Amino acid sequence: MGMTMTQKILAAHAGLDSVEAGQLIEADLDLVLGNDITSPVAIKEMEKMKVEGVFDKDKIALVPDHFVPNKDIKSAEHCKCVREFAYRNEITNYFEVGEMGIEHALLPEKGLTVAGDVVIGADSHTCTYGALGAFSTGVGSTDMAAGMATGKAWFKVPAAIRFHLIGKPSKWVSGKDVILHIIGMIGVDGALYKSMEFVGDGIQNLTMDDRFTIANMAIEAGGKNGIFPVDDLAIAYMKEHSKKAYTIYEADEDAVYDEEYTIDLSTLRPTIAFPHLPENTKTIDEITEDIKIDQVVIGSCTNGRIDDMRIAAKVLKGNHVAKGMRCIVIPATQAIYMQAMEEGLLKIFIEAGAIVSTPTCGPCLGGYMGILAEGERCVSTTNRNFVGRMGHVNSEIYLASPAVAAASAIAGKISAPC
Amino acid sequence: MKAAKGIVFKYGDNVDTDVIIPARYLNSSDPAELAAHCMEDIDKNFIHNVKHGDIIVADKNFGCGSSREHAPIAIKAVGISCVIAETFARIFYRNAINIGLPIIECPEASKGIENGDEVEVDFDSGIIKNLTKGTQFKGQAFPAFMQKIIAAEGLVNYINQK
Repeated sequence: MGMTMTQKILAAHAGLDSVEAGQLIEADLDLVLGNDITSPVAIKEMEKMKVEGVFDKDKIALVPDHFVPNKDIKSAEHCKCVREFAYRNEITNYFEVGEMGIEHALLPEKGLTVAGDVVIGADSHTCTYGALGAFSTGVGSTDMAAGMATGKAWFKVPAAIRFHLIGKPSKWVSGKDVILHIIGMIGVDGALYKSMEFVGDGIQNLTMDDRFTIANMAIEAGGKNGIFPVDDLAIAYMKEHSKKAYTIYEADEDAVYDEEYTIDLSTLRPTIAFPHLPENTKTIDEITEDIKIDQVVIGSCTNGRIDDMRIAAKVLKGNHVAKGMRCIVIPATQAIYMQAMEEGLLKIFIEAGAIVSTPTCGPCLGGYMGILAEGERCVSTTNRNFVGRMGHVNSEIYLASPAVAAASAIAGKISAPC
Repeated sequence: MKAAKGIVFKYGDNVDTDVIIPARYLNSSDPAELAAHCMEDIDKNFIHNVKHGDIIVADKNFGCGSSREHAPIAIKAVGISCVIAETFARIFYRNAINIGLPIIECPEASKGIENGDEVEVDFDSGIIKNLTKGTQFKGQAFPAFMQKIIAAEGLVNYINQK
C-alpha cells in the first residue's frame, strides 16, 4: 500500500521500509522544542529520570517566548529555570530575550527545521514546520522530557486528509483565509488524529509565510500535523536560512486518504472566525451587522511574519486607527522586527496610532500585553478564540488575517480592505 | 487497578485547555495551585463542588487547543478519578496518560450520562456503570502497561521502575 508524505517521513525515522495508518512506531527525533511555560514542567520530569544530560545538545531548542520579557516574578522563575537548564546542558539553541522570537517563526528562520525532519515540540503549534515539508507535531511536557533524554518518541502513524488547492487567491486573501475556510468546512475536530496534506497547483500562488500560517493552524482542526510538498520556493527558503541537509519525501501515487477536498483559492473571500471556536467562520460578505471592536492584535506564531507586517502596513499607511481603538502590532522575531524597521513599516504603524511590541506570545493566550475586559471585542490575527482566551470570560475574539485586522482597526468595526 | 467511582460533572463539545486551566495561571506549574483554578472559565462552581474521586464526562474533542500538560495535571490534582468523553484531542490524550490521569473514550457513555449521576468505571474491563440510572456502557479496557503507567502516577515514574 502506498504511503502519504507524512507516513514516508515517519517510516524513514523509525528505520522501517513502510508503515500504515494506526501502526505504533518509535521514531528518531531531529529536534525537540520547548518554551517558558512547558519546559519547566519537562525539566522537572527529566530530572526524575535516571539519565545523564540530554541526548544531543544541538537538537534541542529552548525558546522562552510566552511570558517574556518576564511579566511577573513567577514567570521570571520559570525563565530562570529554563535558562539554567540550557546553560547546564550546554544547549546550543537557547534563545535569550534580544535574540529570540516566537518559537514557530524563529526556528525556520534560524534554519533549525528543514524538509524531511521529525520534530516534536511542547507547544501545540509545532505543526508549523510542515510548511517546509517536515513532520512536526505538538506534544506535552512529559513527551518533551522523554524526547530530550532519549532523542526518540513513539507515534501512532496517522491517516490523512488531502486538500487539493487550485487557483490563485485574490488581492486581500492570504494563508489565514485559506486555513480559516478549511477549519470552517471540516470543524475543529475535522482532522482529529490525522495528517492534513496540502497539494495542488494553487500552492505555487502561496508565499512561504502563507504556508507557515496554514500549517500552523492544522491543530485548530484537530490535526496531528499539516504538511506541504517541497517546491522551489521551499528549497530557496531553506537554502537562504539553513545549513542543515534536507530530504524531500513525496507521497506515493497510491497513498490512501480518508477524505479529499478541492479548494479553489480564487473563490475564497476574507474570512473571520467568530467567538468562541475557530470553526465559526463567516466571509466578510456574510457579515451584515456592524461589529464594533475595542482592540486589534497583529502578530503571533500564526501571523507575525514579514508578509503579515507588510500587508498590515499597506492597509494602515496614511490612515489612523479609530478613536478608542488599541492596535497592538508584534513582529514575531527580532529579524522580522529589524526588517520591518528597515522597510519603514514600524513608522507606518506608529503614525497610524498602533503600538509595536518586542516579540512575545503575550496577548494571544491572555498572558499579558493586551488583556481584554468584560464585554470587550478584539480582532486578532492569532489562532484561538476560545472563551476567556485573551482575558475576561465575557470578552470576544474574532480571528482574521492581517489585512482584515488592520482594516478593522481603522474602521473600529470588522471590515476588510477594498 | 482500582475502579473509579464518583459524581459526574458533565460538559459539552470542545472543552479546550484554556478553560480547563486559563493561561493567566500558567506562571505556575505547581499542581495544587493549578488545581485551585481547574475548569474556572467554563464552570466557576466546579472547584467548590468537586470531591475526591469525582468524574468528568464530556462530549466531542475534550482537551482541544494548547498542549499545556498543566490541564490534565490540574484535573488530576483536584481529585478527578477519570475523564470519559466521546473523543479526546490527541495531545491531551497523550498528556493525560503520561501524567497518570485515567481517561476513556466512549461515545455511548458520554450520551447516556448526565450531570450529577453517580458513575463507576472498571478499568480492567472498560465497563462504565451509571449507578443513578442503572445503565452500563462498554468503553475500551485499559491495557496492562497503561494501567501500570497510571499506577506509577505517570510515564517517568513507570520508566524509572522498569
